[in-house]
Amino acid sequence: MSYQFDFVAVFDYSSVLLAGTAHTLLLTTVGAVAGLGIGILGAVSRAWQIKPFDRIFAVYVELIRNTPFLIQLFFIYFGLPSLGFRLDEWQAAILAVIINLGAYTTEIVRAGIEATPRGQIEAAESLAMTRPQIFRHVVLPPALAKVWPAICSQMVIVMLGTSVCSQIAAEELTFAANFIQSRNFRAFETYFIVTVIYFVLAVAVRQLLTQAGLRLLGRRAR
Amino acid sequence: MNEIALSAIIRNLLEGAAWTLGLSLTAFVLGGIAGLILLFARIAKNPLPRRLAQAYIEVFQGTPLLMQLFIIFFGGSLIGLEVSPWIAAALGLTLFTSAYLGEIWRGCVESVPKGQWEASASLALTHVEQMRHVILPQALRIAIAPTVGFSVQVVKGTAVTSIIGFVELTKTGSMLANATFQPFLVFGLVALGYFALCYPLSAYSRVLERKIHGSRAH
Repeated sequence: MSYQFDFVAVFDYSSVLLAGTAHTLLLTTVGAVAGLGIGILGAVSRAWQIKPFDRIFAVYVELIRNTPFLIQLFFIYFGLPSLGFRLDEWQAAILAVIINLGAYTTEIVRAGIEATPRGQIEAAESLAMTRPQIFRHVVLPPALAKVWPAICSQMVIVMLGTSVCSQIAAEELTFAANFIQSRNFRAFETYFIVTVIYFVLAVAVRQLLTQAGLRLLGRRAR
Repeated sequence: MNEIALSAIIRNLLEGAAWTLGLSLTAFVLGGIAGLILLFARIAKNPLPRRLAQAYIEVFQGTPLLMQLFIIFFGGSLIGLEVSPWIAAALGLTLFTSAYLGEIWRGCVESVPKGQWEASASLALTHVEQMRHVILPQALRIAIAPTVGFSVQVVKGTAVTSIIGFVELTKTGSMLANATFQPFLVFGLVALGYFALCYPLSAYSRVLERKIHGSRAH
């Protein structure tokens, strides 16, 4: 007897899929914005050797980049409560995404900042600009533009990585898939369709970020 | 009182870490072989293998590793194959690794200066000879640092296989955390284990990168 595929059985739960998709996107968006913020702070501390933050960020970057996201998530969700720091599954997921992305963007943006030609900073200093002004107007925009493609890739990787947040019962897209296949017993069809949804999201998010980069950072962000 | 000694926790975690290491090596070696095939497809003159390889890479880089594992795990049993967590984990990570390595290596081949192609063509070398004697040796030198760097992603990727029930470091950690009620300690140790595996690779890839940039400056 051969297996009869039934993909329609998955779409009976399309509202669950939709909610999961929305939550995955929300988690990614919050993580991306806050993670990029941390990354910029970390990058400037590292590139301009602002003490003691440069050391702190160096340790942070190495710790996060050399451990799996799943373990970071478990540590925050299961481990921190024993220090009296209790988070619900969404707070833990969002915190983990921010911390994870912050480490990667620190390294990426740092590369952009370090590629700033010295002459540009000297020129800005000769115009009596303050250091924050120089950073805001002279260093940061071209630095971000230079590394924007790498930032886009990292954000897509993080979005796909959020699928493991289902493991702490955060109800995102993979959680939705687990829920649906436990109801309709169509594991293959369910995971196949959810994989397609992730793929569409990845393509769409990358397009959106690339366009946003062109708008905000100009032609160099390709 | 069901007190599990620290030494027992560490002994179990080390056993899990051995499986993580084994899975990483398997995926890296097999993924490297598959990645090499992808590389040749990707730089072939014929557009058909080029497109196929590109589609493969886009699919595997555009979907979560966890979903790839689920599809292999549940898809295998549909076509009548009994897929064990170990097989699903090794196969899933191999495919994932091959997609990334294929793309990294393509970048390395393409970063060999155009003049090298032209010079070797002017010596009447065939395409295969150009590859074998001129392009690949130079691409290999460029490829070592990013390849070592990517191996960190493979080790970290193995953590996801715990979700389909493969008992490696993360799964061992979860089970120990449940048994000991000491998640802070156990997951801290697990994180330390991954760090011990990954940090030397990260650091080595940085050293290699510096070496290549250094020799290029001359």
